[in-house]
Parts: sequence; C-alpha cells; structure tokens
Amino acid sequence: MTTTAFRGQLEGRPRPAEAAVRLLFRVAAAATVVITIGIVLALVIPSIGFFAEVPIVEFLFGTRWAPRFADASFGVLPLVTATLWTTLIALLFAVPLGLGAAVLLSEYAHWRVRKVLKPVLEVLAGIPTVVYGYFAVQFIQATVLKDWLQLQTGSFSVLAAGFVMGVMIIPTIASISEDALSAVPNALRQGSAALGANRMQTTLRVIFPAAISGIVAAVILGVSRAVGETMIVALAAGQQARLVAGPLEAGQTMTAFIAQAALGDSVVGSLEYDTLFAVGLLLFIITLAVNFVSISIVRRVRKAY
Amino acid sequence: MVIHTAVRTGASLPDRPYGQLECEHVDVYYGSFRAVTDVSLPFGIHEVTALIGPSGCGKSTLLRSLNRMNDLIDGARVDGRVTFMGEDIYGKRVDAIEVRRRIGMVFQKPNPFPKSIYDNIAYGPRVNGMRVDDMGDLVEEALTKAALWDEVKDKLKQSALGLSGGQQQRLCIARTIAVKPDVILMDEPCSALDPIATAKIEDLMHELRDEYTIVIVTHNMQQAARVADRTAFFTAQVDETSGDRTGVLVEFGKTAQIFENPQDQRTEDYISGRFG
Ligand SMILES: Nc1ncnc2c1ncn2[C@@H]1O[C@H](COP(=O)(O)OP(=O)(O)OP(=O)(O)O)[C@@H](O)[C@H]1O
Ligand SMILES: [Mg+2]
Repeated sequence: MTTTAFRGQLEGRPRPAEAAVRLLFRVAAAATVVITIGIVLALVIPSIGFFAEVPIVEFLFGTRWAPRFADASFGVLPLVTATLWTTLIALLFAVPLGLGAAVLLSEYAHWRVRKVLKPVLEVLAGIPTVVYGYFAVQFIQATVLKDWLQLQTGSFSVLAAGFVMGVMIIPTIASISEDALSAVPNALRQGSAALGANRMQTTLRVIFPAAISGIVAAVILGVSRAVGETMIVALAAGQQARLVAGPLEAGQTMTAFIAQAALGDSVVGSLEYDTLFAVGLLLFIITLAVNFVSISIVRRVRKAY
Repeated sequence: MVIHTAVRTGASLPDRPYGQLECEHVDVYYGSFRAVTDVSLPFGIHEVTALIGPSGCGKSTLLRSLNRMNDLIDGARVDGRVTFMGEDIYGKRVDAIEVRRRIGMVFQKPNPFPKSIYDNIAYGPRVNGMRVDDMGDLVEEALTKAALWDEVKDKLKQSALGLSGGQQQRLCIARTIAVKPDVILMDEPCSALDPIATAKIEDLMHELRDEYTIVIVTHNMQQAARVADRTAFFTAQVDETSGDRTGVLVEFGKTAQIFENPQDQRTEDYISGRFG
C-alpha cells in the first residue's frame, strides 16, 4: 500500500453508542455527587439555625437532653452514651462470631457445606430489623435477661438491644469477610502448607493478614450499621434520654431520638425541629470519622507490604 | 534435535539409587479420573531426579503426591505406597504436616507471602516451633544458600512482593531451606524466569544437592540434562478399560543414558523433538 493510499486510515471515526454510554455514566456519577451534597446541605442548614441558639459546647458536652421540656436542655451526651453502649455491645458479639463464621466457611468447611451456608447467610442479612426489635424486647429482655438470668433490669436495656443488633450484623460481617478470605490466592495456602504449617497457622498468619483490608471493610460496615440502626434500639433500648452507665440500663440512642422526634408534632423551623438535624449531623460526622480512621488504619497496615 | 549440552557423567552413581523417597505402584485419582497409573520410582538420596514428559501426563500430580499436597485438593486420592525412609507417608498414624516439613515444595509460580523478606524466611521455622538461637543468622544462612543474600541484605524489612520474579523464586527456595527439609520438590521452578535467573537457580541446585534430595519437574530438556542425576520420562496413555488418558512412567535411568541412549521408542521420540 502506498503512503497516499494509507493516509487517513488512522483517523478517528464517530462512535455514537460509546458517546451515549459515556454520557450516561457521567450523569450517574454526577447524580451521586449532587445527592450527597444535597443530603449534607439538608443537614447543615437547619443545624446552623440550631447552633445559633444553642452553643456548640453546651450541645456536645451537656449531660441533660430534654429538648421538649419547658426548661429545655440540649446536652447530647446521653444520646451518645446510649449509641456507644449499644454499638460496642453489638460489635463485641458480632466481630468475633462473624469473623469466626467467615474463617470456618472459607478455610475449613467442605465446599458442599459452603455452597449451602453462604446463601443462607446472605438471606439472614436481609431480615427486616423490626423483627429483630421485637425479638430483643420480648424474648431477650423480658424472658432471657429478666426471667431466666434474674438480672436487675427494667423493660428495656442497651444489652438486649446491643446483643440483638450484634446478631443482626453477624451475617454482614461474616459474608463480606468470607469474600475477602476466599479471594486470597490458593497459592499462598499451598505455600504455607508446604512449609509444614497447619491450617490454623496458615489462616491466622498468612490468609488473615492478606485479607485484612476486606475484613476491616466488613467491620466498618458492621459499625456503620450498628451506629445507624434505629428500629432495634428504639424498641429494645427504650425512649428515655439519660446517661447510660451500665449494660442493664435503658437509654435513648441518637437514631431513636431522631425517629421519635421526626414522628412527633414539632413545627417546621422551630428549635425543637432543628435539634433533629443537629443530632443527624453529629451522627453523620461520627460515621464519617469511623470510616476515615479505619481506612487510614488499613492504609498503614498495607503500606508495609 | 539431539541434546548436546554436557550431560553429567554420573560415573559415580550406583545403578539403582538408594530410595530415600520412593513410590511403589502409585495411582493418583481426581474423583473417578485416574491421572497417574502405577508409577514405581526410587528417588536417590542427595541426587537430583528430573521428571519430564508432555503436558498433562501427570508430573505435577505425582510430585504433589510425594508430600501429600494432594490432600489440599478436593477429591484427590492416592493408591499404592509412597515411602519416606521406609515409612508409608499415607500411613494411618502419619501426620501430613510433619511429612511436608521433611519434604518441602517450590512451586511453578513464585508465591511469596505478603510479608517482609525476613518474615517470609522466618515463617517456616516459627510455625514449626523450631528451636532457633538466632533467627537473624538462620535467615542469613537460608538466603545465602539460595544465592539471594547479597541482593536483599539491605532490605530484609521490605515487602517480598517488591522483588523481581527470579528473586521471588529464590526467596521461595530460601524459605523452603529454612525449615531444613530432607527433600525439596520443585515444580517447573524456572518456567516464569529469564535465562539469567534460571542459570542462578540451576547453579543453586548443584549446591543444594550436597545436602538435599531434589525432585524437579521441568519442560526444559537442556535443564534436565544439566541438573539431573537421573531422569524419569512420563507420557499420557489411553487406558484400555476406561478410555481415559492417564499418566504412566515410560523410562527411568541415569540422565546420560536417557538422553543419549533411550531404551524406549517413545522416550527417543520425545527427547529428539518428534513428539508433541
Ligand atoms: N486439581 C485437579 N482436579 C482435577 N483434575 C486435575 C487436577 N489437576 C490436574 N488434573 C488433571 O490431571 C492430569 C495431569 O495433570 P498434571 O497437572 O499433573 O499434568 P502435568 O504433567 O504437570 O502437566 P504440565 O506439564 O502441563 O504442568 C491432567 O489431565 C489434568 O487435567
Ligand atoms: Mg505441571
């Protein structure tokens, strides 16, 4: 072929389908960003109104939460303590059991067992939380804690709520960390076995560290779900905003307060109405902080290798 | 093509090796599929034995049966006997983990752990609870034997994944040496490496032979000729009863004899390049 005959053959041709698809993806990406910004603004703008009347220090460090009383008080700590208790109790159950289940499924179970159990786990993760809520209040609190164990506790407790919330997030943690463990190449298991390591050593010293970012992601998701969970805590931890000092006490979490306030009859634009957004914003910031901290931990662990 | 590379004379080798490790009538199955049929083979102590043959004839399968790595594969099963120092490694009371500590394995693709170079070497001694006076010395010794020490001595704390492919493979050999096995099995250890890295690993095999019994699978016949004292040639043959293709041992002997004076027509065809 002569050079003149070739000329022009490398020039681009219009590709309408590709342009359309690219546009579609741009719109989708932009929509996500716009919606996120919208949510943040929706939280921030009413909160500005709130913090104009309530000093931020009083909000963050005050120990009495009574926004609807005549002598209103806006110390958010009671709500925060309830959220901390329920979340920590939930993680105390969910992290070891979820990771244990993941290791069992990925490293020990026969592939036939795994093929049955994995979908069961994923279905469990989809049970509506209101079901868990009633289970917590009727069975765990009333029957197990009070009748069987004879513990000194009222109709509600952060222990019952936290425990059931833990049960709820076990499938999530187990399923995601199982994915992470299974994704570790078999070559590493074989390499470890060929050096005379047993299965437990291989799992704990090679497979687990190799899957650490996926496992941390699973735990973060668990934490986020626990912090944001509403139905279980609203039903089982009670609706009384008070500083929680022990697992058998009742207390209102941040989410439970938001649900209660949003269902109430506050006038739009009133201070009482704006508290809702201030608490929502705090919740948002806490979740964001948990994510950032975890991601930076993973980065640090991974940067080493 | 006749191989003219210097074949080790093997003049000092006895006709039949003392089988430190030995297969007797070994069949290996994957489910109902018999991948290897009736292999009997002694692996001489402090010798290098090469397993050669066309792809799919069961070399890796046989190799994995020598240290019970097949246990890790669902459905894999071994019939017959594999003995190590006279003891059947598939015996009821034998612990596969102890077998693998004595009989180590280097894989076709380098598989360093995502840990530091140091920890890769220290891993084996640690999990085996070996009594080590100074782990640093042990790491240095293993890396030196694997001809890697000079290249990595200043970056022991860095990730093993940052090494080149050839360095990674030598690290895997060092890692195997560190647990002081008696036998090292190598499955095409150089297939992912360039000629220079390959030459280094071949030199290494000469060194290691003084202390270890080595079994190596290779597709490179010059390599077999260069490194092996004895060579076993396998091929895949159609089983009369089942109709399946199954791996069989065709010929086993001193490397010089296999390459210069093969007794079986199939061996001759293969090594002279007339076979797939
Ligand atoms: N994990 C497995 N499950 C089922 N069949 C397998 C498995 N591994 C190998 N096989 C089969 O066993 C036979 C022998 O395979 P093997 O990998 O041992 O051959 P090979 O001689 O090492 O080949 P190559 O030279 O290509 O590495 C092949 O038919 C292969 O398909
Ligand atoms: Mg192979």
